[in-house]
Amino acid sequence: MQIQPILAALRQHKAGTVLIALQIALTLAIVCNALFIIHQRVTHLSEPTGIDEANLFVIGNQWADQSSAQQVDAQMQADLATLRQLPAVRDATASNSYPLVGGGWDDFITMTPDQVQKTTDASVYFGDTHFLDTLGLKLIAGRNFRPDEVAPMSPHEVVTPPVVIVTRALADKLYPDGSALGKSFYAMSATPTTIIGIVARLQRSEVDTWSRPYAYQALIWPRRLDGTVGTNYIVRAKPGQLEAAMREAKQGLIAQNRMRIIDPKDGVLSFAQVRHRAYDSDRGTAILMGIICAVLLVITGAGIIGLTSFWVGQRRKQIGIRRALGATQRDILHYFQTENLLIAGAGVALGAILAVGLNLWMMKQLAMDRMSLLYVLAGVVVLLLLGQGAVFAPALRASRVSPVEATRTV
Amino acid sequence: MFAYYLDLALRSLKRNKVLTALMVLAIAVGIGASMTTLTVLHVLSGDPLPGKSGELYYPQIDPQDARGMMPGTLPPEQVTLIDGMNLLRAKRADRQALMEGGAVPIQPDSSAFDPFYVEARYTTADFFAMFDAPFRYGHGWSGADDEAHARDVVITRQLDDKLFNGADSTGRALRIGGSTFRIVGVLDDWRPNPHFYDLGTGSYDYYEQVFMPLQTALELHFDRNGSVDCWGNGTGGQEGSAYPSPTCAWLQFWVELDSPAKAAAYKQFLIHYSEEQKTLGRFVRAPNVQLRDLMQWLDYNDVVPSDVRLQAWLAFGFLLVCLVNTVGLMLAKFMRRSGELSVRRALGASRRALFAQLLTESGVIGIAGGAGGLLLALLGLWLVRRRPSDYAALAHLDPEMLAVTFALALGASLLAGILPAWRACNVSPALQLKSQ
Repeated sequence: MQIQPILAALRQHKAGTVLIALQIALTLAIVCNALFIIHQRVTHLSEPTGIDEANLFVIGNQWADQSSAQQVDAQMQADLATLRQLPAVRDATASNSYPLVGGGWDDFITMTPDQVQKTTDASVYFGDTHFLDTLGLKLIAGRNFRPDEVAPMSPHEVVTPPVVIVTRALADKLYPDGSALGKSFYAMSATPTTIIGIVARLQRSEVDTWSRPYAYQALIWPRRLDGTVGTNYIVRAKPGQLEAAMREAKQGLIAQNRMRIIDPKDGVLSFAQVRHRAYDSDRGTAILMGIICAVLLVITGAGIIGLTSFWVGQRRKQIGIRRALGATQRDILHYFQTENLLIAGAGVALGAILAVGLNLWMMKQLAMDRMSLLYVLAGVVVLLLLGQGAVFAPALRASRVSPVEATRTV
Repeated sequence: MFAYYLDLALRSLKRNKVLTALMVLAIAVGIGASMTTLTVLHVLSGDPLPGKSGELYYPQIDPQDARGMMPGTLPPEQVTLIDGMNLLRAKRADRQALMEGGAVPIQPDSSAFDPFYVEARYTTADFFAMFDAPFRYGHGWSGADDEAHARDVVITRQLDDKLFNGADSTGRALRIGGSTFRIVGVLDDWRPNPHFYDLGTGSYDYYEQVFMPLQTALELHFDRNGSVDCWGNGTGGQEGSAYPSPTCAWLQFWVELDSPAKAAAYKQFLIHYSEEQKTLGRFVRAPNVQLRDLMQWLDYNDVVPSDVRLQAWLAFGFLLVCLVNTVGLMLAKFMRRSGELSVRRALGASRRALFAQLLTESGVIGIAGGAGGLLLALLGLWLVRRRPSDYAALAHLDPEMLAVTFALALGASLLAGILPAWRACNVSPALQLKSQ
């Protein structure tokens, strides 16, 4: 196929050619950035928490009356005893927060008490001896808390406990040589806390952008936090009995003591619901980007079909002449396909530059990451295929123009 | 003439239904997507107190210790209790209020209700006048009530409706967290969005139902919530107190200053205050003060979620592609009619007349696209409202955005029509007619 005559013909349709190329360029720029964002968000969605999500649920429990810390502590112990006795429940614990709750408590971690810059940041969980079993955490070194290490604590009088269980991510961050067990660190306090156990994995209580660098860095302190407002109960159901356990737990707590408030709407949440809420904006953005990509590709395809059909209509006579002079149907088909390839090629070349530019701009404006060039490459392939797909029908129609058209006047 | 052009336009559009539908659809989808995201952006970046926001300022001072001190570090975003009370009592602004958010249990007398928690704001007397909070019944409390730790409370209309069936409840008693309060005022509907005076409790869709004097709440040890910034080794509490230690900033302080001159003077006062505190040994750092007005404060805090901005930009990119697409299709459509246009030219129509005729046609496409875009935007906003994010419930199309929708659609389609129309009316009629 000779390119020269195609270029000569395109010179007659400068405006149309430029428009298609421009549209392809803009589509490419938007589509590969959108694909990049979708991929980022979807990866984010499927991150594991390290806990037994399938059997877990949480109860947001608020106290209806203003009690002293001692009364609250006694009530919490009674509640936990009630929950653990329920037939469908395997284990239960009370904590200030849980993975993916959003927000929560975090502390700066330092290696010495007078260090100026923090070493890292850890999500803080409070739990008793049942915390590890309830969440289904895997202890990979050291031991669980002993009952005598667990004590009540008021959120207003925080004293750093002497012992702590940390995640492997936190242990490796503080002691990269793997010697964390038995060593200590400081968490915004003058007294150190010593690592007695390491769990394989436990997600932080929030998964916001700011906490990305500290992913999976969390610690557990052996305390029952006696919040005077309320507490969270984390409950692990026996396998397959989640629904029954969720029903039993709420009824059981209310039967134990009525002076509590459990929100009828989201007081009891299965972990699937917690996860759904935590990643809702990520999922929403990914879906929106997906829809926009799809519609954009359809519109661009339709635009190519529209303009090519017009060109075919305009050139019926020339096509007829070419056919009369011996060009085969295949020659005509290839002519339009090559023409589209040339325009789309120019479009994707410009589009690749625009895509990288758009990504750089978003990095500056919206704190986005750098996009891998693979996305641009994928976008180029998609758009070239789209162009060929869109041009096929009008090109086929062109190839069927009969040589006799050459002799007709329109 | 316009009616004739309109008639021609409709005839022409009817002749090629698929192409017309494609153009209308492209504009509708582009407009629908842009208007959905633009409306969300418009709602979220709006002024919570129009007319008043320019007079409200948020002072920041820097009481932190020397650790981590670097030139250019920003002062904390809240104030400590000591500084807050000092600035409040200095009364250097037209009005000032110190505040903190919390939650309190309401214990109704009637057995019809179980006790329940509501969001509360602990603040000082000027709060209501400063933020133009409208009263349905009664009024706020006075500065003297603040100092006397009065058991006064202002409730919202919503709470009044729930507890007292909307009757004037001023003067009645209300049990909150084990203490008896006297209701002094009932606020009418007042929901500033974003919740500008305390962004730490959530920027949107967060409303308190109870307002009480700050010092009363502190005395009764009511629970507070919101962010706490500490320095030194003080994480949590002070011995024997339910509140963060003196090395923690956790309260919000707002002032009203009705002229830029007063604002400049207030900034000087903040610098003086910092120097004075440094002389006293409380402050370590050189005076580091900020005095932002309300809109600057919202901007500084990036209140509008970055996903919303991302979506708005994306939607405009999308509209741009739709427009380029429409330009291409219109070009094809108009050029195909070269013959017809040449006949009109030969019969004496001027280029200007042809241009007007073709632009009318693109305008018709724009109006149709705008109507489709409006439907899509309503659908899009409905989808946004169904999402559980805190701003979801606010996503409604207001008349202003409705007008913007049609202006945008019409403007976009006319813009898209200019190039094709200009090219089409420059076709030389003699050549066209001869070649046929």
